[in-house]
Formats: sequence, structure tokens, C-alpha cells
Amino acid sequence: MLCPVLGAANEGDSRMGNYVKLVVLGIITLFAAIAANWGRDIAYVVHAVIIMLVAGYLFLRTLRQTDEPIKPVATDGYMDDVVRAGVIATTFWGVVGFLVGVVIAFQLAFPALNFEFLQPFGNFGRLRPLHTSAVIFAFGGNALIMSSFYIVQRTCGARLWGGNLSWFVFWGYNLFIVLAATGYLLGATQSKEYAEPEWYVDIWLTIVWVAFLAVYLGTIFKRKEKHIYVANWFLLSFIITVAMLHIVNNLSVPVSIWGSKSVQLFAGVQDAMTQWWYGHNAVGFFLTAGFLGMMYYFVPKQAGRPVYSYKLSIIHFWALIFLYIWAGPHHLHYTALPDWASTLGMVFSIILWMPSWGGMINGLMTLQGAWDKLRTDPIIRMMVISLAFYGMSTFEGPMMSIRAVNSLSHYTDWTIGHVHSGALGWNGMITFSALYFLAPRLWGKEGMYSMSAISWHFWLATIGIILYAASMWVTGIMEGLMWREVDANGFLVNSFADTVSAKFPMLVVRGLGGVLYLAGALIMAWNIFMTIKGGARQKALVGVPTA
Amino acid sequence: MSSEHKEIDEVTGTDTTGHDWDGIKELNNPLPRWWLYTLYMCIVWAIAYTVAYPAWPMISGATKGVLGYSTRGEVAADIARFEEANAEISAQLAAADLTTLSENEELMRYATSAGAAVFRTNCSTCHGSGAAGAKGYPNLLDDDWLWGGDFENIAYTVRHGIRNEEDWDARYSEMTAYDEILSDEEINAVVQHVRAISNQEHDSALAEAGATVFYDNCAACHADEGTGSRDLGAPNLTDAIWLYGGDVDTLEETVRYARFGVMPNWGTRLTEAEIQAVTAYVHQLGGGE
Repeated sequence: MLCPVLGAANEGDSRMGNYVKLVVLGIITLFAAIAANWGRDIAYVVHAVIIMLVAGYLFLRTLRQTDEPIKPVATDGYMDDVVRAGVIATTFWGVVGFLVGVVIAFQLAFPALNFEFLQPFGNFGRLRPLHTSAVIFAFGGNALIMSSFYIVQRTCGARLWGGNLSWFVFWGYNLFIVLAATGYLLGATQSKEYAEPEWYVDIWLTIVWVAFLAVYLGTIFKRKEKHIYVANWFLLSFIITVAMLHIVNNLSVPVSIWGSKSVQLFAGVQDAMTQWWYGHNAVGFFLTAGFLGMMYYFVPKQAGRPVYSYKLSIIHFWALIFLYIWAGPHHLHYTALPDWASTLGMVFSIILWMPSWGGMINGLMTLQGAWDKLRTDPIIRMMVISLAFYGMSTFEGPMMSIRAVNSLSHYTDWTIGHVHSGALGWNGMITFSALYFLAPRLWGKEGMYSMSAISWHFWLATIGIILYAASMWVTGIMEGLMWREVDANGFLVNSFADTVSAKFPMLVVRGLGGVLYLAGALIMAWNIFMTIKGGARQKALVGVPTA
Repeated sequence: MSSEHKEIDEVTGTDTTGHDWDGIKELNNPLPRWWLYTLYMCIVWAIAYTVAYPAWPMISGATKGVLGYSTRGEVAADIARFEEANAEISAQLAAADLTTLSENEELMRYATSAGAAVFRTNCSTCHGSGAAGAKGYPNLLDDDWLWGGDFENIAYTVRHGIRNEEDWDARYSEMTAYDEILSDEEINAVVQHVRAISNQEHDSALAEAGATVFYDNCAACHADEGTGSRDLGAPNLTDAIWLYGGDVDTLEETVRYARFGVMPNWGTRLTEAEIQAVTAYVHQLGGGE
């Protein structure tokens, strides 16, 4: 009824499906074993072993189930098991990602922390992509997948389409993360920022992502609501665009089928432009559109208020997704990129300012009539801070895209501050509030285990962000001014090393900000754990989709 | 659950769109005016900007913009402005006799600030931004010179570099690696001898034996007393200044495997005035002769 291969409808189908699965898994296991033997580099060999173990385990598991009586699975309610797994994965990867971030922040302040005995695995150069991928793709990606599965079911009044396909998306995506992370540590990278994983990991992510799109679209197709809710527009645009970006930016030719190295299809400035078209829209569609989808569901739910303006949501949605895709060249001002492309990237970024703010206005104004909750509800407080940082970063972004401003800010820590005011403030805070919204509902509890722990988390995270962003603004602008400082005759006043030593105190403050943010996340992890574990089930699990 | 009949939201008095998703409704508020007009202004500004600056790709090339601006042109104009302003004094410096430079206060000031900029951009990577050097890279603040510290010698070193393969006139010398030439005892002994002549803690019996090894193998370059030779770039071993280190382990490593420090030839990359300037700068750091 749902999907013949994955969500068996009757015994005959199930046996047939199992045979297909056994053949596929057997071939993958065998091929991975051969690859592990022939692998030319350590990352590839380790990955082949991981894939061999995973496929081998699934093979044995399927084998044991074949010809066994099928356990009936209730398929009339919402499919929330996968969302529950997503909540746990999001929390876990969040803590991991923030921890690595704190480590590399202190490595920058104290280079001696690149310990000799950890080389080459614990080098800043390898840990840095581990941090960015862990927070963006592992923490952010799991948050997006998990909440989009939750939101699309509620707002469509329908169970997830595709049976166990959503489980495939969840585990497949997390396998991608493990492959990416171990690859970085072992030195496999295609050296494209936020697109570091090598070719076979990219292929795997493509398969998983198409499955994600199928589950999402399938659920929308069988919705019981006439209209599609705005959160779903954003989430769908996120899924489709990320697929396109991922495929185009990762076009490459493997050097060997037995090795991780590949050669990019594009070269020179074309490659750089493709990379930043990707990189900018990873921000635009992953970290903005996707998280706006989360915002559009969780803010009105938590506030118990209607969305402020339907018209605004339509206009800013279409404006945002039309404009974002053109703004990438602003990452390449004053490079080999032709001036015309750089100008277009800049003006599209400026026009993007208001469409981005549309989301902030709609989010904040939704609290009309619920502002008193700011005093009593720390989750609402997190949402407000999140939207405030969203507004701040989406103003700062267009400003930094202006060529003259960029000539000061580019390559400095200002960029790092900008990214983190968005990532820690907007993405982090909206995800935390979504987790606090979901945990009690998904596990049928009255509320979170500790409300005061949420307050603690709120304050630790907020102060952490302020320390982080303020120190990076100060040090970034200082650095930019020092780099360009010339005397009356036009001679440079500072050497690069002068700027590095001048930055030291601010780098320490940044690290401390990170420690506070991490501490908040640890409190959250504890709070979620206690919520899941503690106390009797207060409410029935959210059940049947209503028509 | 969708009920298409509109209702009025009690708190704000605004009507809703009639949609209802999982309890979420939407108010029928218009676009905020300030938001809309700011968006329009941004669009108008953007169009005007693309007329003024290079922007629209055509079949061959792109529109150049009515202001005739280009980023490369901007930098070139910046550089040209300073070059023009500095042209006279720069020519004066290129032709100047550095030994009498300090008599011309204005030229001296120009030379040291220009030299400092050249140094920070090109030399600080190895010699440190304060010129204090690092292991294997000489400290330029002291008066201990490997190849000579007067104007002529500093300029020569800058121009041709040391032991590089690009410049036939580079300063050149090569220490022998004694790993397979001397026995382990001899190496230990000569290390102790070097410790002795540099007034460090040492085993005097070994050091005495090492003296012979030193005379037979090292003295040709480092001189009998170990005071080195500037003609060969052989360091003075009797002072407390070490290029790689004066501890037993480092000395042993140096004796066994030798050292081969390389400096690029800057003559092909710097202008005459820049070489003069960086020479003057390094000379006045403290150790100039």
C-alpha cells in the first residue's frame, strides 16, 4: 500500500522485497570488502570497512526476518519514532559540534593545543571542517529532517509517505555524517568549504537526499488539508535547492574507484564561483529557508497565536528564494571573479535584505497578544532572541556584501562573527526551542523536566553569543584596519604577525563565549534526557491524523 | 480541518484567512508599508547601481558602467598615486650612498619606513615581524653577522640570497655532514669541544679529545678558535648566539647532518629603491656595521 519494497503490504510482497534487499546488501557488503582490500588511502579503507560492517549487519538482520511472520505495525497514526530518533541525534550532534568548536577556538588562541601526539588528526586544519560540518550538517541537518518530518505530518494531517523510507533517510543521513567526519580526520577532503566530503560520500548523500524529497513530497501529495502551509513551502524549497546545489558543486571525476581523491570538473574562477554559489545558498536554503520553515511552525504553536500576515509570508517566500540564488558572487569580491559578476552578487544581496526580514517580522509580530509570555516562558524567549539574531545577521550580510565594506571585512574575523551570530543566534536558538517544544510532546510528558534549566540554557547561550559575536566584530574590524593601514608614503604599517598577536585577547574571549554556549547545550541534553526518562507518561502519545 | 469561513482574531481584531493547520491560523494583515517601500528602494538603488558600475553580462563582455569603475583600476590608481608622490624621493634613494644616508634626515626617514614595509611583507615570514629571527633564521637585531653586516654586505645578501638555486651569485657554502665520516666517539668529543669554547658546561676530557677532531675537520671554515668566517658564512661558535641551538642534542644533530639554510634572491622581486630601503632598515635595527 505504501511502498512495496520498504513497507511490505502482504507476505508475498514482503518475501520478494526481502530477497531484493538481501541481494543488494550482499553486493554492497562484498564490494565494500573488496574496496577495503584495494583501497589506496586510509580514509577510503576506513570508510569501506564502515560500509561493509553496516551493510553486513543489515544483511544478517534482513536474513533473520525473512520467512518469519510479519509483526503488524500500526500505520494509522503519525510516524513519530523517526522524529524521536531525530531529536536525540540533533541533541547529540549539537554537543559534539559545539565541543569541537570550543577546541578549535582555543587552538587559534593557543596554537600549542595542536598537540604533537595528535598530529595529523587533531590539527586545526582537520578539526575545523569537522566543526563546521558537525554543527551545520549533523546538528542543523538532523534538526531540519526531524522537524520537517514532524511539521509535514501535522500540517498535512497525514502520516509520512513511504513507510520505512523515512528511517532510511534518518540512518542514511547519519551514516553520511559519520563518513564525512571520519574522512576529515583521516585527511580526505575535496577542499571546498562546506562541501569537503569526497565523491563516494557525495553520491551517498545524493541518494539519501532524493529519498528525503520523496518522503516529503509523498506526504504533501496525500495531505488532507486543502492548502499547503507556509512552513512546508520553505522546507520543500530547502530540500529541492540543496539537492541541486549539492549535485552541481560536487561534479568531479574520481582519480580511482579504489581511492577517495577526485578531480573537480570546473577549474579556476569557474570552480570558485560554483563553490560560492553553493556555499552562499547552503546558508540561504539550508540555514535560512529550512530554519524559517521550522520557525513558521514552532513560533505560532508555542505562542498560541496566528501567523501575523499571510500576504507577507507569500511575498517574502518567493522574493527570498528567487533572490538568494544570485547572491553568491559577493563571497568573491576583489578576486579573479569579473567585476560584473561581483556587482550583480552585491545588488542582489541588497535587494535580499527586506525579503529576509519578512521572516523576522512575521515571526516577531506573531507574538502580538502573547508578549507577556516572554516573562514566563523561556522557550518563547529563545524564539525571540533567535529571530532578533536572524534579523541582525540578515541585515549584516547585505551590508558586508557591499564592495567597500567587504574590502575591510573580507578574510577577517568579522566574517566569523557574522556567521556565528546567525548560526549560534538564529539556527541554534530556534533549534533549541524546537527541541524543547518537541521532547515532552513526543514522549508524552506534561512538559520539560526542568523549566529553570531552560532559563539557564537561555542565559548561558545568550551571553555566549554576545561574547562570541562582540569579540569577533572588534577583532575583525581591528584586523581589517591594521591590514590596510599605510603611512603617509603608502607603506604598510603592520605585518601579518602583528595583527595575529593583537587579536589574542579577543580570541580568548571568543573561546569563553563558546564554553558558555556549550555549557548551555549540555544542560539541554541533560534536561531532554531527564524528560524522556523521568516521570510517568502524562499524556497519550500524539496519535491519529485528523481529517 | 480547513474551515474556509473567515473569523476575526479577538486579540487584534484582524480577520484571518480561514486556513487552519494543526491549530495554526493566519491573520489577513497587509504587507507592512515600510517593509514594502524599503524593498522598492533597494530595487531602485540596485538598478541605478548596475547602470553606474560594471554589471550586466552581454554576448561578448559585460556592461562597463557609466562611471568606468573597475576594482583592478581602483587598486592601480591607488598604487600609481603613491608612486607618483614618492617618485622623486624614491629615485633619490635608489641612487643614494647608504653610508651617508643618516646625514639626510628626510631620506633616512623615508628609507626606514619603506624598508620596514618591505621587511614586513617579504622578510618577516622567516625573520619574524620584529626581526628577532627564529630557529634556523638569523636574528637581525644583534651584531652577530654570518655574512657581514655593513651596508654593502646586507644589500648583497638581500639581492642574491643564500644557497638558492635561482641566482648564480647567491652566497654559497655547505657544511659537511659528519655522520658517516666521524665515529660516534669523535662526534661526542667535538660536540663537547664546541660546548667548551662556547663556555658551556662540558666534559673536559672529551672536549680535549674533541679539540683535535675540531682542528682536523671544522677549523677550515670555523677557524682554529671556532670564531667562524664571514667569507664562508661559517658561524662563530664561541659566542652565546646560536642559529639552531647550542645544547648537546642540537649540536650533535648539526654535526651529523649539517645545516643548509636557504634565503631567496630578492633582486629579481624588489626594485632598486626597495633593496636600498630594506638594507637601510635592517642596518639600523641595531647591529649594522
